[in-house]
Amino acid sequence: MSATVGVLALQGDVPEHRDLLVRVPGIGSVLEVRTPEHLERVGALFLPGGESTTVSRLLDEFQLREPLLRRLREGLPAFATCAGLITLAKEIEPSPHGRDPSPLGILDVRVRRNDYGRQVDSFELPLRFPGLGEAEFLAVFIRAPRILRTGPRVEVLATDGKSPVAVREGRIWGLTFHPELAGDIRLHRWFLESTGVLPSAPGVAGASPRAG
Amino acid sequence: MTELATPRVGTERLKRGFARMQQGGVIMDVTTAEQASIAEAAGAVAVMALERVPADIRAAGGVARMADPLKVREIMDRVSIPVMAKCRIGHTAEARILESMGVDMIDESEVLTPADPFHHVDKKLFQVPFVCGARDLGEALRRIAEGAAMIRTKGEAGTGNVVEAVRHLRQIQSQIDSLANMTPARLSEFARETRVPLELVEEVRTLKRLPVVNFAAGGIATPADAALCRLLGADGVFVGSGIFKAQNPAKVASAIVEASLHYTDAALLARVSSGLGEPMRGIEISTIPPGELLQVRE
Repeated sequence: MSATVGVLALQGDVPEHRDLLVRVPGIGSVLEVRTPEHLERVGALFLPGGESTTVSRLLDEFQLREPLLRRLREGLPAFATCAGLITLAKEIEPSPHGRDPSPLGILDVRVRRNDYGRQVDSFELPLRFPGLGEAEFLAVFIRAPRILRTGPRVEVLATDGKSPVAVREGRIWGLTFHPELAGDIRLHRWFLESTGVLPSAPGVAGASPRAG
Repeated sequence: MTELATPRVGTERLKRGFARMQQGGVIMDVTTAEQASIAEAAGAVAVMALERVPADIRAAGGVARMADPLKVREIMDRVSIPVMAKCRIGHTAEARILESMGVDMIDESEVLTPADPFHHVDKKLFQVPFVCGARDLGEALRRIAEGAAMIRTKGEAGTGNVVEAVRHLRQIQSQIDSLANMTPARLSEFARETRVPLELVEEVRTLKRLPVVNFAAGGIATPADAALCRLLGADGVFVGSGIFKAQNPAKVASAIVEASLHYTDAALLARVSSGLGEPMRGIEISTIPPGELLQVRE
């Protein structure tokens, strides 16, 4: 049995997620999701990095907002990075200037966009995750949002020493960084195993604590 | 809790990664904070802050330089999307000024008057990422070797004529395709001829594409132009004079954003192309005196 997973392909680093996912054992196909019909065919959805204001506008323009929200409420596992996390967040702290996207409000976090600074302040930081053992994971933060608050049902998987940078609430995961830019499949795989999209392989990521 | 390592900044991965986040999107030239707001509302992934759009640079003549930092700052203070700005080719001081202001990406651009007849900016020394124009594979790889994190076609800026952008997209792609059949000896000959490190040429042969994102730029004026460039493999588009030289900038801007996403959907392209008003008038390339072509500046 092999799984079909999707990458929300409105704008952003879609190819990087796709190239990583095709390397995950057990993935049958990776579908670029642009329409409500595509959404019905996937067993998990990856929301890439990109510009959250652009993505928010395109969700409305192409009537994807309601179908996406419905699928997520039905329990579609979702893995959201950076702009993807902003798209799923419950609350966005208003930016001092410019427009803010309208989030879906499905992940109980409050975020502030670009809170680590502009592109010159973007950074890489090796992190440890409970589910990944001793080996570090290189987290790539690009104009990253900061998670300011997490709801009671949200589990923090990793922090930058101060703020959460990876969280999950049930089958929805949100990261402020870009695992797809590090060429490391372990977080994608751990997510797919812990949400039951892929069977857990003993001794690897899937042996971690179960999703809340 | 385990001690966290020190964060690293300005790496190649971060610079190229920033450019990857722009994929599928439209980057729009703006000359005022008001235009920047219109671009942001229309769904631009970033704006390029300029003193004048290329069509006006072309008309004005004289020396075209980096925009007034005050103007760039006003635009940065108005929008939440990334702000890019142009420096002259080889003008390290302009680039340092823009970097110090926190501009998100610098376009080392042939649209401005070149400042250094011998060298481009040594982009590896900067923390901010750069985008550079290219007409062919050799030019693209020279810029990447210097540290460019993103490539765009040069096209012929300020003309509203897409033919040169198409030429450059096709040229780069056909040269990438031809690498596949080259013997090792021919491959190193190509690297020597184009003055590019052999490893970079080998990497492109393996990837079958550039190792950084490649956008179309220079002459894109309509949603259909943007779709054409995307069909030819561009990872996204820059639109310069095409938006704010059109009769209805907000409408043209959002139509181009939609066309860049659904570029294979002809019915959608018909819908978004409808009733946009007068586009920029445009210039036939053969009527431009050779000395006034911007693309030949390297």
